[in-house]
Amino acid sequence: MTRFSKADALHLGILAMLVIAFFVLPTYHVGAVSRIMVLAVYAIGLNLLFGYTGLLSLGHAMFFAAGMYGFGLAIKFMAAPVLLAFVLALIAAAALSLVVGLLALRTAGVAFMIVTLMFAQTAYLVVLYFGEFTRGDEGFVLQQAERLLLGFDVTSETGRYFVAFSVFAICFLGFARLVQTPFGKRLIAIRENEERARMLGYDVGRYKLLALIVSGTISGCAGALYALLFGYVGATFASVQYSILPLLWVLLGGAGTTIGPLIGVMFMFYLIDASSAYTNSYMLIAGLVLVLLTMFAPKGIAGILRLRVMPWLP
Amino acid sequence: MDFGPHLMLATLEGAVIAAILVLTAMGLSIVFGVMRVVNVAHGEFYMLGAVLAWFVTSFLGGHPAIGFVAAILIAPLLVGLIAAAADQLVLKHIDYDPDRTIVGTIGILFIIQQTTLMTFGPEARPVAAPFNQRLALPWFEFTDNGFEMFWPWGLSITSYKLFVIAAALTVLVALWLFLTRTRIGLIMRATQQDSETAQAFGVPVGLVYSCVFGLGAALAALGAVLVVPIQQAHYLMGADPLLLSFIVVIIGGLGSLPGTVIAAILIGMSDGIISVFFSPTLAKIIATFLVAMVLVFRPQGLLGRTST
Repeated sequence: MTRFSKADALHLGILAMLVIAFFVLPTYHVGAVSRIMVLAVYAIGLNLLFGYTGLLSLGHAMFFAAGMYGFGLAIKFMAAPVLLAFVLALIAAAALSLVVGLLALRTAGVAFMIVTLMFAQTAYLVVLYFGEFTRGDEGFVLQQAERLLLGFDVTSETGRYFVAFSVFAICFLGFARLVQTPFGKRLIAIRENEERARMLGYDVGRYKLLALIVSGTISGCAGALYALLFGYVGATFASVQYSILPLLWVLLGGAGTTIGPLIGVMFMFYLIDASSAYTNSYMLIAGLVLVLLTMFAPKGIAGILRLRVMPWLP
Repeated sequence: MDFGPHLMLATLEGAVIAAILVLTAMGLSIVFGVMRVVNVAHGEFYMLGAVLAWFVTSFLGGHPAIGFVAAILIAPLLVGLIAAAADQLVLKHIDYDPDRTIVGTIGILFIIQQTTLMTFGPEARPVAAPFNQRLALPWFEFTDNGFEMFWPWGLSITSYKLFVIAAALTVLVALWLFLTRTRIGLIMRATQQDSETAQAFGVPVGLVYSCVFGLGAALAALGAVLVVPIQQAHYLMGADPLLLSFIVVIIGGLGSLPGTVIAAILIGMSDGIISVFFSPTLAKIIATFLVAMVLVFRPQGLLGRTST
């Protein structure tokens, strides 16, 4: 069982480092790492579908936005308490993933990518169309008083960091556990050889749908968390760009690895941060990295590590 | 204006949109047909055509017609070369794997778009049309005095818009002749039908792929040069043509060229007519959703023959 304990040690070590980081890093980086952890939750969501099940969705922004708007609108118009709004956000994301899954999973390969892209575009336009409620591109701000989690202020640097850390830790460890379960193994089997998995008697369609629902719900959770911690809800988060970014993070960190999403988000965040001294068109950097990755390193950082140094990497 | 003249005006506007769309969507369709890859950066090649047209015309100065003729020759050629270079550099390297090509062309999309933003700037810039007479159009109606012809106020089209429709038709016929009557066209069709057998018969498939990718991008750029005197050049203008071209290619049946032409005319005309009478956002929502549904339930397209 050494392989499992090594992986567990790695996961717990990463979480411990994130706790230590809060006490040693300067304020600016503490804020950056809380944002990175929220976005890493989003990347974990896409990684389950893309990295483990082999389904490339180009429209995950709709799930992120479902969580974000589910949370934001519940607070704005129903004055719901934070926990209730969070649950509503998760339900919204799960329901959307169920509907999208039932429709989009009838297709495969390139058609699946384009269908998810178009569904996400429809969702984005719907957000703009109902600008009366969503305030469209401009978005709306959630007041500090509306963002009390059980009377606990999440707008302070400390509160924000540890709420982000807790949700990230739950998703990270839960995800690492999930891919070791028979369910996770079956998803990998589908990724490797769908026909064979079907021949062995697994209900491939049902597993793909389940994977998409879990993936969409995790992404929605990230969206709601973003709205809670940063107090802003806007249509930008539903745009194509926010479907492409998680793909970039997962590819960069290593699709189909547990630590890939966090590495990818962190690497990309600081790459853009460093480049912003020279240019403000940061999507240029994203585009370049995307092209170079597809050409030279389709397995990403963690994938290369697994291939060269640490074959036990989960 | 009455409903009749209004509808005629909308139809004419729709015909102009359809003319541009036919060219852009043909580019996407040829690339998909021959190479079996989806080029997500197609809209950026369109945008690049419009931006280069602005550079060429403002560099030459003088009468707008000189700049326009130069732009229509230079811009598609340059864009075609850029696309062929991208094909050689990136797509060839990943062996035209369909999934990785999508991710790679998304990267190319952002590189082209952001480079344009850094050099061309965020402003929308106009290009003067070479000629632009306003032509009033007559309308016929039965009145008490029998069949009468009159000139409703506002019912008009510019000579340039008529030229766009004629130019698109000319290019389409030329493209058809090129594909069916020339040796290069024959080689392209052979590669489309079976690239391995074509390779075995000595067709330089790699070179054909680069040419096809360049040709597809050049068609998009040509459409953009034609549209830029009507609609200004802007670094984000590629998104709508990309979406519309996708819609056209999917409705027309992936890779079927006659299907693409019919679908482009249908979509272009209805887009023109719908956006005159309804909210453009609502029209886009319905169109995008319906096309996704077509792809879900009829992946071979409405006019396609067999599923791929």
